Amino acid sequence: MTLEAEAGRGRPGQTLPRSYLGAGHSVRSWLLTTDHKRIALLYLGTITVFFLIGGSAATLMRLELVTPPGELVSADTYNRLFTLHGVIMVWFFLVPAVPATLGNFVLPLAIGARDVAFPRLNLLSWYLTIAGGVLVLASLLLGGVDTGWTFYTPYSSLYSNSYVTLAAMGVFVNGFGSIATGINFLVTIHTQRTRGLTWMRLPLFVWSLYAVSIVMVLATPALAVALLMVVVERLFDLGLFDPARGGDPILFQHIFWFYSHPAVYIMILPGFGVISEVLTCFARRRIFGYEAMVFAMLAIAIFGFFVWGHHMFVSGQSYYANLIFSFLSFAIAVPSAIKVFNWSGTLYGGHITFEASMLYALGFIGLFTLGGLTGLFVASVPIDVHVTDTYFIVAHFHYIMVGGMVTAFFAGLHFWWPKITGRLYSESFARLAALLMFVGFNFTFFPQFILGWMGMPRRYWSYPDDFQVLNVASSLGAVILAAAYLLPPVYLGLSLWRGKPAGDNPWDATGLEWTTSSPPPRENFAVLPVVDTEPYAYHADRVEPHRRGDASHRAVSQSSDPGDDA
Amino acid sequence: MIAPPDAASVSADSFDLMFLVMVVFSGFIVLLVATLVIVFSIRFRSGSRANRHEVRRLVSREVEIAWTAATAFGAMFFFWFASAHFLRHAAAPVDAMEVHVEAKQWMWKATHESGARELGSLHVPLGRATILYMNSQDVIHSFFVPAFRLKQDVVPGMTTTMWFTPTRTGSFHLFCAEYCGTGHSTMLGEIVVMDEAAFAAWLEARPGSGSLVDAGRVLFTEAGCASCHDPASAVHAPDLRGIYGRPVPLADGRIVTADAAYLQDSILQPDRDVVAGFDPIMPNFSGLLDEDEVAGLVAWLRTLERDDG
Ligand code: HEC
Ligand SMILES: [Cu+2]
Repeated sequence: MTLEAEAGRGRPGQTLPRSYLGAGHSVRSWLLTTDHKRIALLYLGTITVFFLIGGSAATLMRLELVTPPGELVSADTYNRLFTLHGVIMVWFFLVPAVPATLGNFVLPLAIGARDVAFPRLNLLSWYLTIAGGVLVLASLLLGGVDTGWTFYTPYSSLYSNSYVTLAAMGVFVNGFGSIATGINFLVTIHTQRTRGLTWMRLPLFVWSLYAVSIVMVLATPALAVALLMVVVERLFDLGLFDPARGGDPILFQHIFWFYSHPAVYIMILPGFGVISEVLTCFARRRIFGYEAMVFAMLAIAIFGFFVWGHHMFVSGQSYYANLIFSFLSFAIAVPSAIKVFNWSGTLYGGHITFEASMLYALGFIGLFTLGGLTGLFVASVPIDVHVTDTYFIVAHFHYIMVGGMVTAFFAGLHFWWPKITGRLYSESFARLAALLMFVGFNFTFFPQFILGWMGMPRRYWSYPDDFQVLNVASSLGAVILAAAYLLPPVYLGLSLWRGKPAGDNPWDATGLEWTTSSPPPRENFAVLPVVDTEPYAYHADRVEPHRRGDASHRAVSQSSDPGDDA
Repeated sequence: MIAPPDAASVSADSFDLMFLVMVVFSGFIVLLVATLVIVFSIRFRSGSRANRHEVRRLVSREVEIAWTAATAFGAMFFFWFASAHFLRHAAAPVDAMEVHVEAKQWMWKATHESGARELGSLHVPLGRATILYMNSQDVIHSFFVPAFRLKQDVVPGMTTTMWFTPTRTGSFHLFCAEYCGTGHSTMLGEIVVMDEAAFAAWLEARPGSGSLVDAGRVLFTEAGCASCHDPASAVHAPDLRGIYGRPVPLADGRIVTADAAYLQDSILQPDRDVVAGFDPIMPNFSGLLDEDEVAGLVAWLRTLERDDG
């Protein structure tokens, strides 16, 4: 970007506009805000609460699984716990975590806009999430749901006598929040980019939000249909999934996975974006293979719609369907692999420093690689036949969702925290938390791969003795992991009143969001920035990278645009 | 305590080989990525004196193309590798021994060809292919035998099959692998593999419930099937003689083979696959006949010879 961008901070002597945090302190000023930054914080609060609820359910489950017979809670309680854990973590934490929270905050800043395209719609999305969340929590308080987050019929539609309708409605309502956010982001990226910010100059985080928005807009309606069918069947006894009346129980799985497989990418694509921002910044290096990274993300978003059948290899679908879905699932591994290699390549020749965000990002590469490789196992029909619905699957998707997305969320949260709050947190505490999470995570979930291979089915409240050793190991890991998750709220909270002022650009990063003040003013920029370089211009093209602070990217832009007044 | 699962079927052995290959391959990739990340992190840590010559664009392009091509090749190789195994074990041998399995919340029931029944266990002979025809009375369950490396969902309103050839005697876990409600984790069973002679003796000693075929013959008249399906009947219904194994044209244009699963579905879900040229007047018997009775009817239908005379 040019030095004109710097002008976003206001010229020397000019008083800066108030930060968005200072623009009103009343509850009303928060609950009726249309500022994308405040809405992001509303989301941050919301997902933190949900993460704590979902995490507590997981902790109880791991405690229960320490001994083979179910002793701590009853089978019915256990079934409600894993349902609650899944529903909350998927729809009320993972899906909104990066797009609606970090994305909301960063997207307009990163494209040099004053807000998203539809600020009021943005607020509505949050209210829909809250409304959905309230319904789900109400079902929890009334007695819970016991169908698993997948709501498989005919169990959910005809047999379960728990609060399925309420929970399904909650997820249904929340889905409209996702759709609205998706539409908002798509329009924002199309129409609100600042002067000079061409498509191929967009940071990868913006591209990832673009890809994920497409998926949210196109896939979520399928989820809505599937859940609505369950609700309607329960309320009006239509027999849609009842074979005795000509219904088809498998139909639900097709519609559900038509959403839920792409949803896996809703839950990982934005993570790809975050990691690309963080890695380049702390390696002081341009991203390796920018175009390939963009196309890989788009390819994943699109291919993601054609692989849902790999969740159904043992459901009784035909051999041919199995082979085709298996083939497509292998194909989608290619763009994912490109990303991993390009991230590794980005480190080459950098000047790498190991701040907490960077530790998360490096951890992400490892965990995502393992999660992705075990994806090849489950893409193979005969292997999947053995490991599906066992702990192998549980481990596989936790490596992607938790090892991948939650790690990326923390990488992004630490990366943008100084921008969001204007404060620096304790770097050593943050590094400690990052390491603990990495260790705790592997300790918890690696044993589950082995358990699944040995044949332990998932969603088991009690289990044969042969599986105990690894379950105990996994539960011990969960204790470490839980402790690690409790650290960030503490030191991030402390940073709010004890933290050093961050300055506009503490990491000396290149994105437009770093050219405005921290925290940014309500309007984001005093003067909208103009862009004339590629993203990640940490060093001039074809020039050796340099250390942070030695000679910053500004020097590079300066030479191309010397006439500025800085 | 952390022992590999028993391997007790033909496909389990080849599964284990395939699994091993994938583990080694994945281990190699993880090591490769970890080495790249760690070596680069150390070598290019800020302040190190490593030579950071610029990566020229052309070189990076070539590197990219190379690893994209390599992964694409790898992915296709594994697809072929896995699918070949899958297809090799897809179709059951024609002379496989048949057992009907019925799942319901939360137990497993099995009925042998002889009419012998068991609850929560399944006895099968060593070295002989066995095929299971499976139905569910309520929700979706999944028949999972880790020692065979096999799993198949058991779905209400449809007959699914699964077959295996046991290679080791002993008793092995049977789990329900599809979540099915409160008792899901107690929906367990035991697969007992016995050598041929012991199995024959075991079968012999089961309280005789008569042969399935005999029960089916009687039921065919008692349940009223004959009133429509008898060739002499006035009702326009298909002649069932020689039906087994024949291709059946359906009203919606498909042509299906009348295997045991089809016969079973025709009785339990007659509206699903309506035979071309007939009205869908056949009553639904799913609430009227229990699993054993249906198995008996199917067994008897299969013995009917085509009447060419
Ligand atoms: C009311 C008359 C009626 C009765 C009673 C009846 N069926 Fe049928 N059945 C039909 C008709 C008509 C069809 C062909 C249309 C269809 O597929 O639904 C048929 C089809 C079938 C088929 C598939 C035939 C093919 O050519 O593919 C089988 C098998 C069958 N019936 C078995 C039975 C059995 C066993 C019973 C007794 C439990 C029974 N039916 C009772 C009328 C009847
Ligand atoms: Cu079950």
